[in-house]
Amino acid sequence: MLPELGQLALILALLVTALQAILPLAGAQRGVGAWMALARPAAFVQLALVASAFAILAHAFVAQDFSVRYVATNSNTLLPLVYRYTAVWGAHEGSLLLWALILSLWTAAVALFSKRLPQTVIARVLGVMGAIAFGFLAFLIFTSNPFDRLLPAAMEGRDLNPLLQDPGMIIHPPMLYLGYVGFCVPFAFAIAALLDGRIDARWLRWVRPWTNVAWGFLTIGIALGSWWAYYELGWGGWWFWDPVENASFMPWLAGTALLHSQAVTEKRGTFRGWTLLLAIAAFSLSLLGTFLVRSGVLTSVHAFAADPTRGLFILVFLGLVVGGSLLLYALRAPDDVDGAGNTQPFAPASRETLLLANNLLLTSACAMVLLGTLYPLLADALGLGKISVGPPYFALLFTLLIAPLILLLPFGPLTRWQREQASRPIAMLVPWAGLALGIGVAAFFTAPQGPWKVAAGLAGSAWVLLGTTRFLWSRLRMPGARFTPEMMGMTLAHVGVSVFLIGALLTEGLSRQRELALAPGQSVTLGHHAFRFQGVVRSPGPNYVSDLGTVQVMRDGVALADMHPEKRTYASGGQVMTEAAIAPGMTHDLYVALGEPLGGGSWALRVHVKPFVRWIWLGAVLMALGGFVAATDRRFRHRPSDRTTQ
Amino acid sequence: MTQAGRSLKWLPLLVFAGLAVLLAAGVWLSRRADRDALPSPLLGKHAPEFSLPTLHEPGRLVSLADLKGAPFVLNVWGSWCPSCREEHAVITRFAETKRVRVIGYNWKDEHADALRWLEQLGNPYWVVLVDSDSRYALDWGIYGAPETFLVDGNGMVRWKHVGALSDRIVDHELLPALARAEHAR
Repeated sequence: MLPELGQLALILALLVTALQAILPLAGAQRGVGAWMALARPAAFVQLALVASAFAILAHAFVAQDFSVRYVATNSNTLLPLVYRYTAVWGAHEGSLLLWALILSLWTAAVALFSKRLPQTVIARVLGVMGAIAFGFLAFLIFTSNPFDRLLPAAMEGRDLNPLLQDPGMIIHPPMLYLGYVGFCVPFAFAIAALLDGRIDARWLRWVRPWTNVAWGFLTIGIALGSWWAYYELGWGGWWFWDPVENASFMPWLAGTALLHSQAVTEKRGTFRGWTLLLAIAAFSLSLLGTFLVRSGVLTSVHAFAADPTRGLFILVFLGLVVGGSLLLYALRAPDDVDGAGNTQPFAPASRETLLLANNLLLTSACAMVLLGTLYPLLADALGLGKISVGPPYFALLFTLLIAPLILLLPFGPLTRWQREQASRPIAMLVPWAGLALGIGVAAFFTAPQGPWKVAAGLAGSAWVLLGTTRFLWSRLRMPGARFTPEMMGMTLAHVGVSVFLIGALLTEGLSRQRELALAPGQSVTLGHHAFRFQGVVRSPGPNYVSDLGTVQVMRDGVALADMHPEKRTYASGGQVMTEAAIAPGMTHDLYVALGEPLGGGSWALRVHVKPFVRWIWLGAVLMALGGFVAATDRRFRHRPSDRTTQ
Repeated sequence: MTQAGRSLKWLPLLVFAGLAVLLAAGVWLSRRADRDALPSPLLGKHAPEFSLPTLHEPGRLVSLADLKGAPFVLNVWGSWCPSCREEHAVITRFAETKRVRVIGYNWKDEHADALRWLEQLGNPYWVVLVDSDSRYALDWGIYGAPETFLVDGNGMVRWKHVGALSDRIVDHELLPALARAEHAR
């Protein structure tokens, strides 16, 4: 009975979103206040309905209702309670419902916090968000219904994919979707602005914190995915340039460009058309990511099951949303895309120019990732054979595009808007550039291995950190100057970049690893660390049996720790999962994964020492924190009429 | 606003239209059941030239020209690769028939580990080539171990298998391919 109620809630939600999409948009166009006034209540009703459907599906998992096909496929009586909740979004149907729920949450939040906006604006924004929600709910109901019954009911469920039975997976998808879907807010504002025909700096000020928060969640979501891959896949890598990873990285790159260009448009009124285009692009790339992951068009290690019907549905939806918005853009965008017709002209040496360079580099990087991700498909479609684009392509081009961004980064905050004496910020930064270069040269000659990566990582990180500190210092020294949360957020995010550079490049340059067979009692030495294999014992877990290894680690002859890599065989399907043992540390992680048993008590082992690998995720957390802190700036919450009083 | 600037605004839509056509082609292609099969681009083509040291005499270099003249089987393995260990018995049984030369291609391995592996499990190979830095693996299109190639006397790649060999694959695929290669000469 309950699953049918869930189904009913979804159908009602579909009807509500249809209403929310059509009437307020039409009302805004024709000036009918009563139609526009429907937008807010519709948003709240939509949230209530989708949340009920989600709660009913969660209940089916907790109560182990194997008469629901989705539950029977993704759960099992042995599954621990916490994973019964997370199993709700463990496969295609449920994760799509989570997507719809998060979209409803964002829509309701916009409806709640938009009291100060003109009625036509809010009607259009909520109307656009309603149309998006309509598309996703239709997709859910017609191609991917999570409430489908299984008759007769299964006695036992097939179990949740063991890869997803992990704490990292509890929060990774919700964070990622909060980011993906959050870009719907600036998107809806861009469409509203294009429909209205005016791009008003006041709305932009209102939408900026939403972009920041969405971007922060996306950053955390991507970092969690990377961290999960690191400890769960047992390979010791942290980024694979896999199509699914790329699908989440492209909106991030476009979103990062958007954050910066929104700041220019809001403060200076320039780049208006470009900001609108980026807002459309960031959300379109989120939709494209959804399409790539769920259509089976690209093969990937963690893609959802392929289904051409679903692929076709999202493709049509994607065509309508993205094609429609770009058509609107072509017809209505303001005439300053090419730099002509600016209300506020700027000199070649100015902060505008630097932010333009930032935007060009980030969007080029995004285009490069898109090309690399889709090239195998292009080659296949043109009959050029099966080609895979691997990490070497991405790593090389990404480094080439991001290096100039890192070089220019410290100049941005120190350079004045509109017109600047180029020598002023250069003079401020020359000593620090010299120091960073010195650090790089010293690192190059002292690094035990990977000198280029180590030198680039340390010099780049020092350059960003010193340049940001220089900005902080001159700002705090300035008499009467305020240090706003917006500046604090920027500083945090830029320090995050610095920390990330250390993590990424030092891990790549200095990691040591061995893959070898060890019998109990044998040991292997990596640098200062000796790993002594003590053997493997069998021990039971809740829904698996584990081969639990013990590896004693010694540093320069002193015992440090015992590490316990595991190999779990899950009871339900017999899948085997590698649980790497990780001894984390700020300067290095020790990483041991069990391979295969080789007979006679000896096992294949994968042993890594990974310096500074944690800094990768620490950097991402700082960036996300920067996004959140900047969003708290009170300036964004001023009433439009308060503008003159600040 | 210039004319050029105005038409520039249509560019994003045009780019997206191209993308949409490509994605539609992708959806169309994904209906084919066999799209995940990966044919080697090398099949029917000349094997890549190489010059690699041997495991047991590191000073001696072996090139494709040294092996040409009669068919040979090239088996890619590494001591780090668990499936290679599984496959080893199959390769050994096949090599013992002396039907054809079986060349080992020791890939991304430590020299001592590779020698120890062969001492422990036995050495079925006619000669073992060492490519520890993966210098020629890309030319061969190797993306994992084990992988096995059949090269005919003229140096043409006739057959390829990704993953561990089994007796069944040897009997039903490798041996018929070898017979065809010899017959064609």
